[in-house]
Amino acid sequence: MIRALVNVPKTARRGEIIEVRAMIQHVMETGYREGPNGVTIPRNIINRFVCKYAGEEIFSAELFPAISANPYMAFSTVATGSGTLTFEWTDDQGETQSTSAEIAVT
Amino acid sequence: MLRLALLGALVVAAVGAVADIAPKDRRSGFEFISPQTQAMQSDETSNPGMLWVADGERLWGESRGSAGKSCASCHDDAVDSMRGVAARYPAFDEETKRPIDLMSRIDQCRAKRQGAPSLTQQSDELLALTAYVAYQSRNMPIAPPDDPRLQPFRDNGRDWFNRRLGQLQLSCASCHDERWGARLGGSVIPQGHPTGYPLYRLEWQSVGSLQRRLRGCLVGVRAQPFDFGAPEFVDIELFLMERARGLPMETPAVRP
Repeated sequence: MIRALVNVPKTARRGEIIEVRAMIQHVMETGYREGPNGVTIPRNIINRFVCKYAGEEIFSAELFPAISANPYMAFSTVATGSGTLTFEWTDDQGETQSTSAEIAVT
Repeated sequence: MLRLALLGALVVAAVGAVADIAPKDRRSGFEFISPQTQAMQSDETSNPGMLWVADGERLWGESRGSAGKSCASCHDDAVDSMRGVAARYPAFDEETKRPIDLMSRIDQCRAKRQGAPSLTQQSDELLALTAYVAYQSRNMPIAPPDDPRLQPFRDNGRDWFNRRLGQLQLSCASCHDERWGARLGGSVIPQGHPTGYPLYRLEWQSVGSLQRRLRGCLVGVRAQPFDFGAPEFVDIELFLMERARGLPMETPAVRP
């Protein structure tokens, strides 16, 4: 199940700088903690995050264990045309999830 | 004479214990946190508690249990039906003849009307549903019901609030009535108003309930904490909500 909140302006003027935000619900388990039974909890973090705008990659990030649970990412881009922004992230268990948002550019 | 002196001592003790915060001095914990954390809470696109609220919204519409019903089957749109509800809880439960908190009420409704298995107190699912219901009261003033049947339980909650506990022999009031605004280690002591539960605590990296927070405080004074769902917790919550009367609801709040 995808648990993420992405925030993209619904409309923008062509050439305008827009802010894009994404917050993903994830435990971001560091791999350094021990469970109640003394056994180390295996690392499970989102290790890669990619945002594509109309199919073209505009932002990507590699994440590391120091990043908190439920990571929040904000970045800006230029509104070049109407289309879809897709967000895709992969965690250590190999699970890839994605979500998307539309933007109308006038 | 001795009797009079004893009475005098009792009066002094009673006055000493009841150093309640005047309504005009009541301040939400929001005012004691850093501007960065305030900004995180205020902007719904950066408030991580909204992930649980969004989850709760989805669960609200999903069928559960043997009755094949969702929350929405009976309550329709929570935006209308649940508006202001969290600001009035805990309420009196006719069945158990005891006050019941919002979380247990949701779970009770699930078990009775949906025929679904009971959820554990701290499950993400129950936290999400509670956060979603409480979110419908955001910015509304806390308004505990004037139900006389609740009064004995509220008084019991007040007693617990003023009772010294644990190896450190501190009561809730020792810090949150008498020393709010001062510092405990690096952090400012707030007044302890339950305005934003379930809330996202950065330390927990998750949303948690008021009972989880109270357990943390109990462990902090080195007392044996009550179990989740203990009636004492509901009584204390009843008193705390009365104590916070008029402050706006903030669910989902963010705290350090």
